[in-house]
Amino acid sequence: MQYIPNIIFALALALGFGFFAMNIRKLSRNIKLGKDVNRKDRKPERLKNMLMIALGQSKMVKRPFSGFLHVIVYVGFIIINIEVLEIIIDGLLGTHRVFQNIIGTGLYAFLIGTFEILAVLVLIAVILFWTRRNVVNIKRFLSKEMKGWPKKDGNYILYFEVVLMSLFLLMNATDIPFQQAGIGNPISQFIAPFFKGFTPETVYIIERSAWWIHILGILTFLNYLYYSKHLHILLAFPNTYFANLNPLGQLTNLESVTNEVKIMMDPDADPYAAPAEGVEETIPEKFGASDVADLNWVQLLNAYTCTECGRCTSACPANLTGKELSPRKIMMDTRDRLEEVGRNIDANKGTFVDDGKQLLNDYIKPEELWACTSCNACVEECPVNIDPLSIIMDMRRYLVMEESAAPQELNMMMTNIENNGAPWQYNQQDRLNWANEE
Amino acid sequence: MNVPTMADMMAQGKQPEVLFWVGAAGSYDDRAKKISRAFVKILHQAKVNFAVLGTEESSTGDAAKRAGNEFLFQMQAMMNIEVLNGYEVKKIVTCDPHSFNTLKNEYPSLGGKYEVFHHTQFIQNLISEGRLNIDDTSVLKGKRVTFHDPCYLGRANKVYESPRDLIKRLGVNLTEMKRNKATALCCGAGGAQMFKDAEKGDKEINVLRTEEALETKPQIIATGCPYCNTMMTDGIKFKEKEAEVVVKDIAELIAEANNL
Repeated sequence: MQYIPNIIFALALALGFGFFAMNIRKLSRNIKLGKDVNRKDRKPERLKNMLMIALGQSKMVKRPFSGFLHVIVYVGFIIINIEVLEIIIDGLLGTHRVFQNIIGTGLYAFLIGTFEILAVLVLIAVILFWTRRNVVNIKRFLSKEMKGWPKKDGNYILYFEVVLMSLFLLMNATDIPFQQAGIGNPISQFIAPFFKGFTPETVYIIERSAWWIHILGILTFLNYLYYSKHLHILLAFPNTYFANLNPLGQLTNLESVTNEVKIMMDPDADPYAAPAEGVEETIPEKFGASDVADLNWVQLLNAYTCTECGRCTSACPANLTGKELSPRKIMMDTRDRLEEVGRNIDANKGTFVDDGKQLLNDYIKPEELWACTSCNACVEECPVNIDPLSIIMDMRRYLVMEESAAPQELNMMMTNIENNGAPWQYNQQDRLNWANEE
Repeated sequence: MNVPTMADMMAQGKQPEVLFWVGAAGSYDDRAKKISRAFVKILHQAKVNFAVLGTEESSTGDAAKRAGNEFLFQMQAMMNIEVLNGYEVKKIVTCDPHSFNTLKNEYPSLGGKYEVFHHTQFIQNLISEGRLNIDDTSVLKGKRVTFHDPCYLGRANKVYESPRDLIKRLGVNLTEMKRNKATALCCGAGGAQMFKDAEKGDKEINVLRTEEALETKPQIIATGCPYCNTMMTDGIKFKEKEAEVVVKDIAELIAEANNL
């Protein structure tokens, strides 16, 4: 009978991690719905980006206040995980504070003491974050796309943090032998006196409850990630690793177009020629993107990585001047549509059944796409190197090349380029007149 | 003004050291033509052996590409590459950051591989090679100048210092806007916006950017892009500040300082 808590613990752990693994598999399958793009080159540069930007938070601190608070919560999260490791071992083996015996009392006390201080710093940071989101009028948290679930989601994460950090401190404060030893408790020693009037049995029950709720809370949090914007704590790493390394101004050249243009411009090519023997006639590739499967897998990874901080949108010139475009919404829409497609596949035994919807129009309106100046402010701002501009451009390509649905003035501009090699209606023969006009 | 073409050069059996890519704005837009002429004056002063394509130059396709028309872009690109490669061009300089970006980044994989410079980088090189000096005691001395970073020079290609270095050499007082370099606000012209009305909103982007520039109380707003120039000039007109503030390309400022 004495093993029952260990068995329950092992079951909870298996359930927590098992469910998480299942969702990660689903996530990976959804990302693989995207088209291939080669991001296996330039490995040292990619590694450096990941270490600097994801691990080192180098882009986060460009906005010093929120960046600093984020670093506290991030460091707290990473370091307090060492404590979680101990909890897992204790839970499985039925030991208590097993690391104390392994690493020695002095070092152990130092570590736990550090965790306690971090826990308090995280609590303070989280309260400030909550205030920024709910009390201070910060424009990027009040945008249209942040109404409803995204706002609640942002707050739930903060409540989670408060509960987990408080339980950690409570667990230490009610651990009578730990408090009696009197080291490694710089914070919890001030909470412990509150329980003086309680019987040792009651204090023990509180300690055990705090311990159990803490670890169950962490398992719940782990599984909440998939349903939340909070996936960034994991995906920031692959996302920065696989991010575009070319100059921001460089758009891809569509290969499918290159082939057609070469045929068009080759005087010897026969446009009506039958495909060569042995070459299968393939359906011409769709140009640009109207749905998530037309995007590449890095763009889809971007969508899952986005944590809706809105730094992109707060720097977007179109958004700043009241246009519909919000780069954050582009990422959120892409993720929401991808999730919808994923659920469709789950419901239809592994194949996608046309639901009459797509990313274009049902989620993102052409008006949003046409407001973009391609200035790259959003790409530059993103603390984890998400590229909303590439999605906007791919969708414009679809609008123009598949649907001929450019705004009228742009059609005129393009006709001018075709006819006289300039976006305006001027005669090609006048191209050098400027040299003699003064 | 003596502006030799590649065709002239070839007829004489000569190869210039650099091709000046004028771009559509620099060729046809009345305001931008002045920038082209100012830059040519600088090239003459530094005795640079250059040539243009003249009537053989055509749109790089930047605006078409960013409007979503990859077909038109690649047709333009391949046509231009054929001409450029035909003349065995190795080095290109342009006053237009959009042409700069497209020629530098988007032409190579289509067969057009050149060393491409923005004119501010090129002038900077002329100075370091001792071929050009900028007079820092001219009429511009002590004037309050702010620099607007063109997106396609700055964020797109991380060229932030060349224009600033040149401005400082003018002996002027360079004051930065709040958003500058990597965080600079777009003028509103990029991504083919130049050629269409803006979507519905509560303000024009160029007006917002002009307001940011005016906060620095400048006498001159300097820039390095013909499209930014148009947008900022319109912004100044909108704010009715034409009497106090002028918008100038860095090439124009240098030509003015050197009395060209």
